[in-house]
Amino acid sequence: MTTATTPSRIAGHFAELASQNRKALVPYVTVGHPTKESTLEIVPALIEGGATMVELGVPFSDPLADGPTIQRSGFKALQNGVTLAFCLETARDLRAGGVEVPLIFMGYYNPILRYGLERFVADCAEAGVDGFIIPDLPPDESAELAAISRKHQRDLIFMVAPTSRDQHIESLNGQASGFVYCVSITGVTGARDDVSVDLPAFLARVRSKLELPLAVGFGISTPEHVREIGRDADGVIVGSALISRFDEADPADAPTVAREFMRYLSGQA
Amino acid sequence: MTTGTTPFDITSLPDDRGRFGEFGGSYAPVTLIPAVEELRTAYNEIREDPEFHIEFESLLKNYVGRPTPLYFATGLTDAIGGPKIYLKREDLVHTGAHKINNAVGQGLLAKKMGKPRVIAETGAGQHGVATATVCAKMGLECVIYMGELDVERQALNVARMRLLGAEVRAVSSGSRTLKDAMNEAIRDWVTNVENSYYLIGSVAGMHPYPMMVRDFQSVIGREARDQIREAEGRLPDAIVACVGGGSNAMGIFHPFLEHAEVALHGAEAAGDGVGTERHAATLTAGHVGVLHGSRSYVLQDADGQIMEAHSISAGLDYPGVGPEHSYLKDSGRATYHPVTDAEALDGFKLLCRTEGIIPALEPAHAIHLAQRLSGDMSSDDIMIINLSGRGDKDMHTVTEALGVMS
Ligand SMILES: Cc1ncc(COP(=O)(O)O)c(C=O)c1O
Repeated sequence: MTTATTPSRIAGHFAELASQNRKALVPYVTVGHPTKESTLEIVPALIEGGATMVELGVPFSDPLADGPTIQRSGFKALQNGVTLAFCLETARDLRAGGVEVPLIFMGYYNPILRYGLERFVADCAEAGVDGFIIPDLPPDESAELAAISRKHQRDLIFMVAPTSRDQHIESLNGQASGFVYCVSITGVTGARDDVSVDLPAFLARVRSKLELPLAVGFGISTPEHVREIGRDADGVIVGSALISRFDEADPADAPTVAREFMRYLSGQA
Repeated sequence: MTTGTTPFDITSLPDDRGRFGEFGGSYAPVTLIPAVEELRTAYNEIREDPEFHIEFESLLKNYVGRPTPLYFATGLTDAIGGPKIYLKREDLVHTGAHKINNAVGQGLLAKKMGKPRVIAETGAGQHGVATATVCAKMGLECVIYMGELDVERQALNVARMRLLGAEVRAVSSGSRTLKDAMNEAIRDWVTNVENSYYLIGSVAGMHPYPMMVRDFQSVIGREARDQIREAEGRLPDAIVACVGGGSNAMGIFHPFLEHAEVALHGAEAAGDGVGTERHAATLTAGHVGVLHGSRSYVLQDADGQIMEAHSISAGLDYPGVGPEHSYLKDSGRATYHPVTDAEALDGFKLLCRTEGIIPALEPAHAIHLAQRLSGDMSSDDIMIINLSGRGDKDMHTVTEALGVMS
């Protein structure tokens, strides 16, 4: 076990991108979707296509912050037999296969609680998972997990939304680490045609209260979104738009689809 | 009988973070955090506001039809041959189930908060009907989420909700029952949080819902306490209620919590049996977890995935339970017992034939449990069963089941 002095891989990642005047491009994929083993090929393909960091979705039976696309991918993954232990194994295998970008789990609290908080964080550290986003674990309920995460130098990443009060945002100072996940819209996940017009103002408000890098997610689906949001944010997160492309393609083509979609989003194609 | 304008007992649990011991809390998605805080503040204001209580109690009296009778069920008492059994007749209220007590209270709160649109989840449809009723009366837009399976088996209530002007949205995800309806209602709330009020129908969800719904339902227990004192000159030895999310049970239990001599018993739906995969006995067979915003017992597999619940009764078909019940279970203050589909049908028939009362399938579980517990009680003992609703909505299910099972 290490002491909590060196910056995490995620913090280092944002610092490095900033020094190159670049933005993080962060795809979200549900582990074990479209097929159980496919994530092992999809993640390297995403990185080849321009992803700088990857969010791995841990499927849950009751994903109440997700829209239909991510819901369906999670149900499919559960049918494929994906468990939290399997997600950890996937991360381990990705690291063994040479993946070096930050890996982040995004998943709901109950499976983590059932797995055991201490065991979960320790196993994340061992498997090379750098942080986690838990949409149904607000700061007020997260003291225990935050302490364990610090001990293992993992980042517990918090979300803020346009509805969040200043007080709430300020309270994340000292608690949050890695980056802050800015939810672009008042709603659940899912691709949308327009991103919120108030986004620059929202990001400016968050930026004025927090020292951390800001990544924006929910609804992002086009290179225009990525470019536009990249003006104000340090990173963009893309989930549903990518997953719906897997849904439309032959499962065997998922890595190709992943690579091409990242190229498209980052303006290389 | 007077209901008075006494504010609720605010000295009891939960604490200000919504905790009943280790249970409860507020596990809200980020977008909802301010809405939940706003609700908490608004509820804290009305909780101590005598004017609100006057309005609430006037509606309970003149619109809902309270107080409901506490009826000495001589036929059932004779048939069972144990304690004197009283029925708290929530089946006689407007719309036919206890759910209306809470819907009226929260409807008033939604009005006060200036929210023009109300969303709700429903299982049996009783909470949906109660919410649609209150919205019609109060001039609020109403959207009800209901699992596809429940839309089928509670068709009568779907028709009632539509007549009352509500939009019923069938939910096709997951187990297509109450839990999935609740997921979808929360998603709607996340999306329309500015103008919408989420009217939860049981003592579940994030703080303040478990406390607030219990407060609104505790009129049942306060009336029963006064009524049994008047009828028998003392408190009962036991109270029996069915537990889905747990609101009718919390409502009748809560005013008796401080009276340690009154035994509190909850009947959980055991479906085909707790030894099978098809049941909804959360407190009997669940593990502590987090579902729909609070920490409580939850039916889940070894990987922490929520299991599909199964019960013949749509209102009990839920893999979670209100956090205060988890607290009462662990503290030993209340005891929870599984009752199977077949046993509930026996209880259903028993009440029909001994009392001329057709109960809903949910409290039919409590009738059976009362019979089971009566073996250890004497004819000097007194038992109250909370008859949470009437059975019209279940005629289809019961005739089908009895056709097969009798
Ligand atoms: C008549 C009746 N009783 C009981 C319940 C179960 O809910 P709760 O446990 O919250 O009382 C329902 C739910 O629909 C119901 O309609």
